[in-house]
Amino acid sequence: MRRKVKDTMSDEANSTRIAIIGAGPGGYAAAFRAADLGMRVTLIDLEANPGGVCLHRGCIPSKVLLHVAKVMNDARDAVHWGVSFAPPEIDFDRLRASKAEVVEKMTSGLGQLSRARKIAFVRGRASFQDSTVLRVTADDGAEQVIETDYTIIASGSRPAWLPDMYLESPRLLNSTSALQMADIPGSLLVVGGGYIGLELGMVYATMGSDVTVVEMTQGLLPGADPDLAAILSRRMEELMHSIRPNTKVTAMTEVEQGIEVMLQSGDGEAVPEVFDKVLVSIGRKPNSSGLGLDSTKVEVTDDGFIRVDEHRRTTDPRIFAIGDVVGQPMLAHKASHEGRVAAEVIGGANSAFEPLAIPAVVFTDPEVAWCGLTEAEAKRDGTKVNVARFPWGASGRAATLHRSDGLTKVITDPDTDRVLGMGIVGTGAGELIAEGVLAIEMGAVASDIGLSIHAHPTLSETIMETADLIFGQGTHVYRPRAGH
Amino acid sequence: MNAKTLEFKLPALAENIETATVTKVLVSVGDAVAVDQPVLEIETDKAAAEVPSSVSGTITELLVNEGDTVKVGAVVFRATGQDAAPAPKADAPVAAEVPAEPARPAEMPAPVEPDSAGPAPAPKRSGAPGVAAPSVRRLARELGVDLSEVTGSGADGRITADDVKAHAAGAGAAEAGASGPGESRTTSVESLPDFARWGEIERQPMSAIRRRTAENMARAWATVPHVTQFDKADVTELERLRKEHGKKVEAAGGKLTVTAVIVKVLASALKKSPQFNASVDVAANEVVFKKYYNVGVAVDTERGLLVPVIRDVDTKNVTQIAVELGALAERARNRKLTLDEMQGGTFTVSNLGGIGGTGFTPIVNAPEVAILGVSRSQVEAVFVEGGVEPRTMLPLSLSYDHRVIDGADGARFLRWVVEALEQPFLATLEG
Ligand SMILES: Cc1cc2nc3c(=O)[nH]c(=O)nc-3n(C[C@H](O)[C@H](O)[C@H](O)COP(=O)(O)OP(=O)(O)OC[C@H]3O[C@@H](n4cnc5c(N)ncnc54)[C@H](O)[C@@H]3O)c2cc1C
Repeated sequence: MRRKVKDTMSDEANSTRIAIIGAGPGGYAAAFRAADLGMRVTLIDLEANPGGVCLHRGCIPSKVLLHVAKVMNDARDAVHWGVSFAPPEIDFDRLRASKAEVVEKMTSGLGQLSRARKIAFVRGRASFQDSTVLRVTADDGAEQVIETDYTIIASGSRPAWLPDMYLESPRLLNSTSALQMADIPGSLLVVGGGYIGLELGMVYATMGSDVTVVEMTQGLLPGADPDLAAILSRRMEELMHSIRPNTKVTAMTEVEQGIEVMLQSGDGEAVPEVFDKVLVSIGRKPNSSGLGLDSTKVEVTDDGFIRVDEHRRTTDPRIFAIGDVVGQPMLAHKASHEGRVAAEVIGGANSAFEPLAIPAVVFTDPEVAWCGLTEAEAKRDGTKVNVARFPWGASGRAATLHRSDGLTKVITDPDTDRVLGMGIVGTGAGELIAEGVLAIEMGAVASDIGLSIHAHPTLSETIMETADLIFGQGTHVYRPRAGH
Repeated sequence: MNAKTLEFKLPALAENIETATVTKVLVSVGDAVAVDQPVLEIETDKAAAEVPSSVSGTITELLVNEGDTVKVGAVVFRATGQDAAPAPKADAPVAAEVPAEPARPAEMPAPVEPDSAGPAPAPKRSGAPGVAAPSVRRLARELGVDLSEVTGSGADGRITADDVKAHAAGAGAAEAGASGPGESRTTSVESLPDFARWGEIERQPMSAIRRRTAENMARAWATVPHVTQFDKADVTELERLRKEHGKKVEAAGGKLTVTAVIVKVLASALKKSPQFNASVDVAANEVVFKKYYNVGVAVDTERGLLVPVIRDVDTKNVTQIAVELGALAERARNRKLTLDEMQGGTFTVSNLGGIGGTGFTPIVNAPEVAILGVSRSQVEAVFVEGGVEPRTMLPLSLSYDHRVIDGADGARFLRWVVEALEQPFLATLEG
């Protein structure tokens, strides 16, 4: 099918000029696809190489640190089997250097791939002069004007700050500075219990900080089903100093020993507490200002997201937008998929962004992953669903790993048994969720999964057994007969 | 009364119509809209129409653009207004009320989290008929096939790649991809030569009406064995009567046209010859006879051919028909026809006499089984009782579906129509 798209449009695509603002997972995927379709591509970014937030200061460096944290925790947990290691010694210079090496290897690799495709990579800040003319300003102030037929905006997002609480202080971190790991503070407050805060909080806690997480809503990981988040919370509580839901920060001041933070729990009085460092991870804001969108017909929502249709075309027919700058979920793989769609549409194909499921993975330990419909969404929208849960206590593989802290759940349509959603918490959940995405996209029914043989002993068996539970019984779980 | 956020969703337009293409957005954000005020112009497979609002308020968010294909039930705009929307009538646009401040369940992120704010549409996940794998969904887009129109051959209606291809082939040459930004489309079944090699060309996307006409004509041409029967009616007397009574009809707000008279004559002819007021159900090996007489009249509009239907012509007199015909034609030209006004026809008349020509072979408007073509009347020298007289002769051509109508019947039917036009009394006597 891919070949077909290419064949039908290569002729006319040849002459098409396309400029892409931002070389993150959205922008570079769009650039590569457009180049492969025969278009003349200019890729613009502030960095020397493609990669965007994800590779330079997001997914990739954070996953290096989380891997190291997991090795340390696994080593510590081996005491359960009678194996104990000396407490770890961390060479932070080496750790930072290896992390930088991974980033360098990946981004320079992308640079090579883009040169191999004859993509013109322009370093600088781009803005629109009008719908088809871009001005790019380099660091040294040099300006360049690029004329184009189409532009894809892939300018991504940046960390949001607490409103009115900005301090000019090295003690105040966001995800970018936290990933640099200048030091391991004695105490760290993480503001915001979303995935970025929990991932980084887990890294710092494992490396020795006393970590406190405050979250404004009732539980961690807003967006994930509470039963999945609860299992992660239990492990987090062991690892961290404290986790406080329903708590918000009302003020911050720098004091001699650190940052004094006013923490208000529920409707109670705000109480001051001092932390060596504070990491603000309350979400991300789209980079839609400063692009000169006023000179185009592009419309932006009140929240700063660029408005697009299913083809990722903005309200200006010459301009497309993809990735974090067009909306949730702000995830690299969503951005890349959108990037390919936009490039194909510009090439003349009738592609559209129409996934039935987008996987979300939190790379803590245990990992939390979900896709498609969540139980909370079903409840909110009044969608009737069947839900089956398989606790990992019944999984042989989990027992061999001494990691029974897991749960697999499958959500189906009660009329058709079609799989609508899947959620997994447990070690390796991020890899396991791919089966859920495929099942949903292919329109599988629960018995399709139940009847597919899964290798034993693996954690993937939990998915097969959960699917069986939709119909009442699984091999390793006994459910007394009762309506649900 | 509290200010509420109101949602206006694309109403059900007609049976079996699930999507519409927005050809014009008549309002913008910040506009005040009133109930019944037209807010969109749309084209569906079958018609172009205006969509009136069912809510009143000030538009805060507009979710459709010109050129968008919108599903029935999709939100068109949100507005703040008083919750005074009238109770929706059946088939009328439906307004769904959403509270201005959506209650945030515990699991939802706090407002500072942009997590709740993304405009990206939540992927639709459940229930939609016709399960199709991603590769099949993409194929459908490439071939310009609307999956909601495809019947899946797999278990539980699962749509396979073959189903999509078969559907595309069935739609014939009319199938085409929605226009991308490069205004290009995927190749259709037969690939065309590169016309630009021989000179300048311009490509224009087919409108929904054009596509549907192309599909229907190709299907009718391919499935209906056509025979066309020609005849001429002496309308000298009729023309005289038409002039004589024209004023009366004008007073009633219509125009006494030949078409109006023909429609009335057809009411009687169809009653007399039920096989011309029928359809063929090939699957069931049955002929469906209709006990109602709804005559469609082809109207030439700027955007293509439209066929509004005059219902129950057997119960209406010529004046009523003339008035109704005038109004429908006017509505067709102003794109005001509703889908209902174009459905349910049992027989069609196509009058090209206004333009000229001595005869043509119309294509049956399937699933109807016959169509009457009318050309320009002319004064001819006619032998009458040994002498030559100038008579006004009206050329008629009747195309019919030879599967259910035999040649002799076709000839008889048209003869009867001719005689009824020549002697209007006949229609009342026998019809
Ligand atoms: C700590 C952290 C961990 C994360 N972990 C994951 C994860 O595990 N999995 C996952 O899927 N996602 C993760 N994400 C999210 C992921 O990084 C983003 O969803 C993804 O990078 C979005 O891609 P994008 O192409 O939209 O934009 P970005 O990656 O944000 O790239 C945008 C690029 O555009 C450039 N740019 C902006 N404006 C201009 C301009 N005017 N001119 C030129 N260039 C410009 C920027 O410099 C940047 O390089 C993480 C994010 C963070 C912060």
